Amino acid sequence: MIPVEFEYAAPDSLEEAIDALVQGGEDAKLLAGGHSLLPLMKLRLAAPTMLVDLRRVPGLRGVERADGTLRIGAMTRHADLEDEPELGLISHAAGLIADRQVRHRGTIGGSLAHGDPASDLPAVLLACEGSVGVEGSDGTREIPAAELFQDYLTTAVGEGEVMTEVRLPALTDYGFGYRKFTRRAEDWAMVGVCALVKADNGTCEDARVGLTHMSSVPLRATAVEEALRGSALDADSIARAAEAAAEGTGPPGDLNATPEYKRHLARVLTRRALEEAAGLTAA
Amino acid sequence: MSVRVSVSITVNGEIKEREVESRLLLIHFLRDELGLTGAHVGCDTTNCGACTCHLDGEAVKTCTVLAVQADGSDIVTIEGLAQNGSLHPLQEAFWEHHGLQCGYCTPGMIMAGADLLKRNPDPSEDDVREALEGSLCRCTGYHNIVKAVQAAAQAGQSREVAA
Ligand SMILES: Cc1cc2nc3c(=O)[nH]c(=O)nc-3n(C[C@H](O)[C@H](O)[C@H](O)COP(=O)(O)OP(=O)(O)OC[C@H]3O[C@@H](n4cnc5c(N)ncnc54)[C@H](O)[C@@H]3O)c2cc1C
Ligand code: FES
Ligand code: FES
Repeated sequence: MIPVEFEYAAPDSLEEAIDALVQGGEDAKLLAGGHSLLPLMKLRLAAPTMLVDLRRVPGLRGVERADGTLRIGAMTRHADLEDEPELGLISHAAGLIADRQVRHRGTIGGSLAHGDPASDLPAVLLACEGSVGVEGSDGTREIPAAELFQDYLTTAVGEGEVMTEVRLPALTDYGFGYRKFTRRAEDWAMVGVCALVKADNGTCEDARVGLTHMSSVPLRATAVEEALRGSALDADSIARAAEAAAEGTGPPGDLNATPEYKRHLARVLTRRALEEAAGLTAA
Repeated sequence: MSVRVSVSITVNGEIKEREVESRLLLIHFLRDELGLTGAHVGCDTTNCGACTCHLDGEAVKTCTVLAVQADGSDIVTIEGLAQNGSLHPLQEAFWEHHGLQCGYCTPGMIMAGADLLKRNPDPSEDDVREALEGSLCRCTGYHNIVKAVQAAAQAGQSREVAA
């Protein structure tokens, strides 16, 4: 399978990349790891006329820790994050994406900009209440997670904008878990759930639950979070709270799972992810 | 219109300079331009791993990398694994432990295995199975493949001890 022809540029600076993107017009696309875009181009479901490759743009890869925030360059690959387990949830979740070969290419920026509801990292960004930094010819702006994901394959990153950075509160006093259900080990999640809990003497002080693939965008399971906050952080209250995981969701049915089955998965995986986050089970 | 880009890619230690179409995939560059047909195209959809080669020392699926993305990089294919006429420990171990039947997945399995052993010279069985999750085999049932990777790891360890 061969993509349609396209112009190609690999500029050496962010300014040039933005220029090339703007000049390329509406059918110009950024290229990061290419592991979402190239499969679509090979199937000719996408046919950009111009690719602006970010691989030479300096300063877009790596993780900095500043004032309790992780600042992750958009071109940081899943494997880079996987190999830094001290980053916590984001490292754990990145390590569960596809397989090692894919994780050597796919980037956090590409994952978040693509807006695929089956992607794992969007739910993590949402649950952590992180944000992304983008830059365009009009300057820079910050987009909070709650505004980033707009619809299936649609995000708030503008046509002429480059995502440069992902900002995540480090949440070092939270336990975390990520669970997903797949047909084969390397597959995309039918449903995925990430959970963060903060305990105070056995009581749940805060809980965050992010759902992958339960709608055209990632969602927070707010009913679960509310049920858990203030209650004991034990298997019983977790199981009770997890029953609310599918409330307010509208999962798309597909070849692998009916909407009903996905709701069931959301409840089971929410319980397991919360148990993992609370330290009741191993990852 | 045919958009051509010059690339300079080191493949198995030799610099290759070519003018390629921007849309040329790395697997086709290796197989069709350079005649290195060791890496295979199995699925063409980033699933099976038969096309796995090393890009700057890391296993990647070359059916989903553009040749231009590899410009300036170092590629190692299965053909580049043997050194000075002697097989890589993984190649020996696949032979010894019957880690293949039809052999279609084998180059990719070995390149994925080599990637693992670089990161983790002493993997558990679980580590091996996880590292090979992006490589599919239609024949063997994986058992002997896993044994072969573990045997190669042990051979590597004892070689280090001996050295
Ligand atoms: C076989 C397979 C299995 C996979 N399984 C999973 C999985 O289980 N979970 C999961 O989460 N993902 C999975 N993925 C997707 C993988 O993680 C992708 O690599 C990732 O989603 C996209 O990152 P990329 O760097 O490859 O982006 P690209 O494919 O290069 O780009 C994707 C989109 O984002 C845009 N973009 C990229 N970078 C930027 C930027 N910095 N600023 C603005 N726009 C940008 C591009 O223009 C394009 O539209 C899988 C992929 C494959 C091939
Ligand atoms: S041919 Fe590349 S993964 Fe199957
Ligand atoms: S040996 Fe035939 S596909 Fe693996």
